[in-house]
Amino acid sequence: MALRLPRIGTSQIVALGLILVANWIVSPQFFDIRLQDGRLFGSLIDVFNRGAPVALLSIGMVLVIAMRGIDLSVGAVMAICGAIAASLADSHSLPVVLAAALGAGLLCGLWNGLLVAVLGIQPIVATLILMVAGRGIAQLITEGRIVTFTSPDLAFLGGGSVLGLPTPVVLTLGMMALTLLLVRGTALGLMIEATGGNPRASALAGIGTRLITVAVYMWSGLCAALAGIVASADILGADANNAGLWLELDAILAVVIGGTSLFGGRFSILLAVVGAFIIQAMNTGILLSGFPPETNLVVKAVVVLAVLLAQSPRLGGHLAGLGVLFKRSKSGGRRS
Amino acid sequence: MHATETLPPPLLALAGFSKSFAGFTALDRVDFTLRAGEIHALLGENGAGKSTLIKAMTGVVARDAGTMKLDGVAITPRSAQDALAAGIATVYQEVNLAPNLSVAQNLFLGRQPTRFGLVREGEMRRRARALLSEFGLSIDVAAPLESYSVAIQHIVAIARAVDQSARVLILDEPTASLDAHEVEVLFAVMRQLSARGIGIVFVTHFLDQVYAICDRITVLRNGRLAGSAPVEELPRLDLVRLMLGRELSEATSRRPPVIEGEARADIATFRGVGKAGTIAPFDLSLRAGHVVGLAGLLGSGRTETVRLVFGVDPADCGAAEVGGRAVTIGSPREAMALGFGYCPEERKTEGIVAELTVRENIALALQARRGALSPLSRREQDALAARFIGLLDIRPPDPERPVGLLSGGNQQKVLLARWLATAPRLLILDEPTRGIDVGAHAEIIGLIRDLCREGMALLVVSSELEELVTYADEVVVLRDRAHVARLSGAQIEVSTILATIAQAPACADAA
Repeated sequence: MALRLPRIGTSQIVALGLILVANWIVSPQFFDIRLQDGRLFGSLIDVFNRGAPVALLSIGMVLVIAMRGIDLSVGAVMAICGAIAASLADSHSLPVVLAAALGAGLLCGLWNGLLVAVLGIQPIVATLILMVAGRGIAQLITEGRIVTFTSPDLAFLGGGSVLGLPTPVVLTLGMMALTLLLVRGTALGLMIEATGGNPRASALAGIGTRLITVAVYMWSGLCAALAGIVASADILGADANNAGLWLELDAILAVVIGGTSLFGGRFSILLAVVGAFIIQAMNTGILLSGFPPETNLVVKAVVVLAVLLAQSPRLGGHLAGLGVLFKRSKSGGRRS
Repeated sequence: MHATETLPPPLLALAGFSKSFAGFTALDRVDFTLRAGEIHALLGENGAGKSTLIKAMTGVVARDAGTMKLDGVAITPRSAQDALAAGIATVYQEVNLAPNLSVAQNLFLGRQPTRFGLVREGEMRRRARALLSEFGLSIDVAAPLESYSVAIQHIVAIARAVDQSARVLILDEPTASLDAHEVEVLFAVMRQLSARGIGIVFVTHFLDQVYAICDRITVLRNGRLAGSAPVEELPRLDLVRLMLGRELSEATSRRPPVIEGEARADIATFRGVGKAGTIAPFDLSLRAGHVVGLAGLLGSGRTETVRLVFGVDPADCGAAEVGGRAVTIGSPREAMALGFGYCPEERKTEGIVAELTVRENIALALQARRGALSPLSRREQDALAARFIGLLDIRPPDPERPVGLLSGGNQQKVLLARWLATAPRLLILDEPTRGIDVGAHAEIIGLIRDLCREGMALLVVSSELEELVTYADEVVVLRDRAHVARLSGAQIEVSTILATIAQAPACADAA
């Protein structure tokens, strides 16, 4: 028992490591990190800094997916909350700006959660509504323009640093720690896994599945709001058309790379975040290599396929001992 | 049986069909014979092996052993298409057609009449009309299938199957969602097909329908052939006995003597509680240290009763009293707050969470009652798991094993442990010994007795009447979604229960 390898996670960590090494091969100064004006700089730091928005989204997305749901609206929610933050930044103090933007994210999540949990709409359709409408709402907020701001307080959230680390990275780590505390420090994580694994059985065991569903979508909205704030703070403005565009797909991909099944159940927040950084490390690596950025998408597809194959229980059975250890396939029992 | 010689050879003959799933024997050397033009009822309770037999004979699952002959020629269909090509068609309860396509398109899907590769829509409709008129159906074949009633959809499915040169037609509970008139329409079609020499296997749990239309009955029980006889040789009581009881000689009372005069505290009382269209209003009184058994055939309202008690489907009339206080039970959470627990019949879909571990499954209900914000620590969970793994002898004794990998009996014990961990005052068990091996049966029954001795109130649904009579203090008999009799003391005998279940409703035939 003591010798049991981590049940999941090995393949993701190995994948991240391999991609980072590949980046180092195409760009020998990849791991060079220098300290300048109290902030760390370097390609590696850049991977984490650029990957922060998707990592934030994936923290909320992993909970939604663990409940057998999906949240397609997070990109649009990013645009809404970024627009709110940018529009208020020069006229209000930072706490007000944050409260308004994060509150909007929670409201968006509440809307999704009610559609799914109370009206019983399929999650993919329910969140598609806000995915489409949200960008329109964001454009209404910015009145169709690209809103810019100069507030140094908000700008700090995108370009500043804390203890040498870029603020977006610190915010991502903070959000991850807070979510882990909320989910694994309480019984919520067990209840989410139970509900995702078997919703009827969980309801019969007395779990308040509706309430948890609403809460999880709200958390996803909150994470998206934070990602939107970071994205706005980074460019000192809000572009309602492009902020967070297609990032919901990257976030879903990050969750899947992180080993959480789209059929719900077992999930790992940490590995979803690792998944987000895997995606960003690939993006950065291709930029560094000098290949045309168009190849990015194909390379991404190949790497994702490789990570998913490495996680497959069937393949895991053949490759048992190569890191992906699935006890279940070795013992021969497959769930019916 | 002596008449067999004079009859023509059977249309379909299965011999020694066996099938096991992961150590559980679903079919054990079952024989089945179908003659041309015969309507043959295939009966049995849930888990008796009816669906497995149908799947094995249509190639949906591969049989482990046995031979199959159609018109004297050995065949082994590998898939439903294979079986259809051989002449064996199946129509399931949930019609397997495309509801958004037209009736004609459904009838000829995959074999549309074409000219130069283009579908001849007009020709297809003409043929569809001709085909359906054989069944006395004249409907607009261009309308989508979903615009018609379930009965018509069934007839369309049957027409499609028969038109694909079916010799054997298997109808899996076609009448479950039909009203009386629709059943008559379906029966007319079945009689017509039978007159054409098609052999029909008819799966149902409505005994009246069996006696109304069938020629022969085959009963399965626990994966074995319980009996097969022409319908006139198998009166209703014998049929019910075949379905539920093993041998009547065993049925002598083995109940522990009831301790008389002992005051037992009322745990819960239900008066006139019911739900329209689900279960007729009933009275039920549950007392500490008292086991109430619910007996009846599949679909008689047993599960409906316990779901009402546990608040899964809230009642729409009547009053409930728990511990002397009037209560309404609107959800499982409210029932749990009153100290109820419920092990459902559908273990896989409503009971276990397969990918979670034994430990997590055991902790689930207790954790739900405590709320998410006061988590059981890992130490408490480990202690809980260790205690119940030891107490109930759950095997393998590994708390970190995903519960989906355990055998049925051990999954059932994990479910019991989940509720015992909440220390309920009333425990509801729906078919606690369904689909588990014989050894585990005895353990679970022993457990029921122990719980009862410790003062828990128990409400147990069981098709295993021999088992029920050994532990029940009171047996409620259900028929047609109503509680029809309450037996206690010396009345609790298999023969009495069977006789009560088999009593035909006053208006129906007396078989």
